[in-house]
Amino acid sequence: MSTLTVDKAGPTRKVKYGSMSRDRAWALRWSYFFLILFAIFSLVPPLYMLITSLKSSAEISAATNPWWVFHPTLSNYIELLTSNQFLRFFWNSAMVAIIVVTITMLISVPAAFALARMKFWGSATLATGVFLTYLIPDSLLFIPLFKMLVMVGDWTGIQLINRWYVLLFIYPTLTVPFCTWIMIGYFASIPKELDEAAIIDGASWFQTLTRIFIPVALPGIIAATIFAFTVSWAQFLYPLVFTTSTDQLVLPVGIITTLIKGDVFNWGQIMTGALLGAAPPLIIYAFLMDYYIAGLTAGATKG
Amino acid sequence: MVDVAFQRTAPAKATSARTSLHRALKRKSTMAFFLTLPLILLVAGLVIYPAFYAIHLATLNKAMTKFVGLGNFEFLFKRDTFWLVVKQSCIFAITAVIFKALIGFIVAHFVHNVPANKQRRWRGMLLVPWVIPPAMSTLAWLWLFDPSYSAFNYTLSFFGIGPIPWTGDAAWARFSVILVNVWYGAPFFMIMYLAALKSVPEQLYEAAAIDGANWWQRIWYVTLPMMRNIIAITTLFSLIVTFANFDIVRILTAGGPLDRTHIFATWAFRVGIEGSDIPLGASVSLFMAPILAIAAIFILRDISKRGNEA
Repeated sequence: MSTLTVDKAGPTRKVKYGSMSRDRAWALRWSYFFLILFAIFSLVPPLYMLITSLKSSAEISAATNPWWVFHPTLSNYIELLTSNQFLRFFWNSAMVAIIVVTITMLISVPAAFALARMKFWGSATLATGVFLTYLIPDSLLFIPLFKMLVMVGDWTGIQLINRWYVLLFIYPTLTVPFCTWIMIGYFASIPKELDEAAIIDGASWFQTLTRIFIPVALPGIIAATIFAFTVSWAQFLYPLVFTTSTDQLVLPVGIITTLIKGDVFNWGQIMTGALLGAAPPLIIYAFLMDYYIAGLTAGATKG
Repeated sequence: MVDVAFQRTAPAKATSARTSLHRALKRKSTMAFFLTLPLILLVAGLVIYPAFYAIHLATLNKAMTKFVGLGNFEFLFKRDTFWLVVKQSCIFAITAVIFKALIGFIVAHFVHNVPANKQRRWRGMLLVPWVIPPAMSTLAWLWLFDPSYSAFNYTLSFFGIGPIPWTGDAAWARFSVILVNVWYGAPFFMIMYLAALKSVPEQLYEAAAIDGANWWQRIWYVTLPMMRNIIAITTLFSLIVTFANFDIVRILTAGGPLDRTHIFATWAFRVGIEGSDIPLGASVSLFMAPILAIAAIFILRDISKRGNEA
């Protein structure tokens, strides 16, 4: 009985041997087919932003094919880039992002150095704790933070609500824990021999940090910087809650609250604004893709 | 070695009282403490404290003058909208994460299949949704879903599919919100799985092929077990982020139609900030804490496990 089944299995398997390379070719063709489908799915919204941004309001409300621009115009771009209000949003966003990146690096690089190399009481717990705080989402903290800021204003007379610079205090809570965490990973991967050699040569801890750790871990620092910039540029909930006057808004909130007037959607300008708002991260991504990906995924691989 | 070098000054401390403070500052643990102090202050003051302050706020009445204990929670439990929000948050987070994980897994395989020199280009294109700030890209989706000028409905009309009320009808609005979230989040899964796929040794697939495993068996018995860790951690991360999502729902539907797409974060904003009932808003947002606690336990376990391996 058993020999019979083996015989039966023989010829069918033989056919499969020959089809191995043909299988591969088909697998490749299917892969390309589905990749194209997924690429279309991924790129439709940004492309549609671009298409709409090149249209005049008349063309947008005309019943023509929405996927094509018949009379391309840059009027939306000119209008936004000459509007003081929009430039103000852009300026606020840029200021917040740049200062927050600086604060983040000043806090997280020394802390990561200490946590990675100077083992002290509670350092392991602190490192884990820092990572866990990264998991507390902004949507859990915005209400208590709002109340706290109001109370600070009541007690000290320092008005923090509705000032763009309040975001400089709040955004580091989003960036510092994660940046510290990835910097600990990078610093820990530096061989101990390097800093031992520096110490033998008489370097202080500060020199070890600036001459050894920062140069060697530069890819990690770039990744962390990009992460901090992206997070501060994209943050939407905190500025929506903490700022309301049009001169204090950052870009995402500014576009949504000023370009949408009641039920009137000026889609040409909204899409232009959205595209300009998406431009800085996209440009960084285009040039520093690997660092970008490293920064945004490091937490999960190392966690 | 480093430890010895740094601590070399410690025994000398007792010899001179005048310079003891100076020497204490030079000591490794003191130095480390000062280096981490800003981090500790930031985390304690602006993350840990507000988290506990939210619990305190949740026990006050609307004017925040009186302690009402669990009154806010009692009030929430009696409201149908609250249970609607709970249901919707769970549907939203679980469905979105499942589809993100599935799509990410499938796309990662396809990218892995194409020749290595072309992978970079595909990866670059497929990651774009994740690079654009979600508030900006959701605006593009809102415009694609526009009731009167929807580009999707224009395209679908050629196939005889009638105008779809993308954000006007409860079921479609839920679908749209999840679709946008999957669009935004799937690339993250893709990139994580792609990295994991590359780390699976080729010999395992060869061995499986020699044993006569078909493609499904190769995935089930080789790829998935090898990627188990990364799948678990990515899913957990995404579950937290999706559960706490605010931007997409807020911009796309603002919770509408008739609260049918509200999730915890958007409803907490509606109640707490727009409705200026801060204690009630804080109570709503606290319901995100259990999922966080569960995730924290799993991640802690994973970290300690890794620590033992290393």
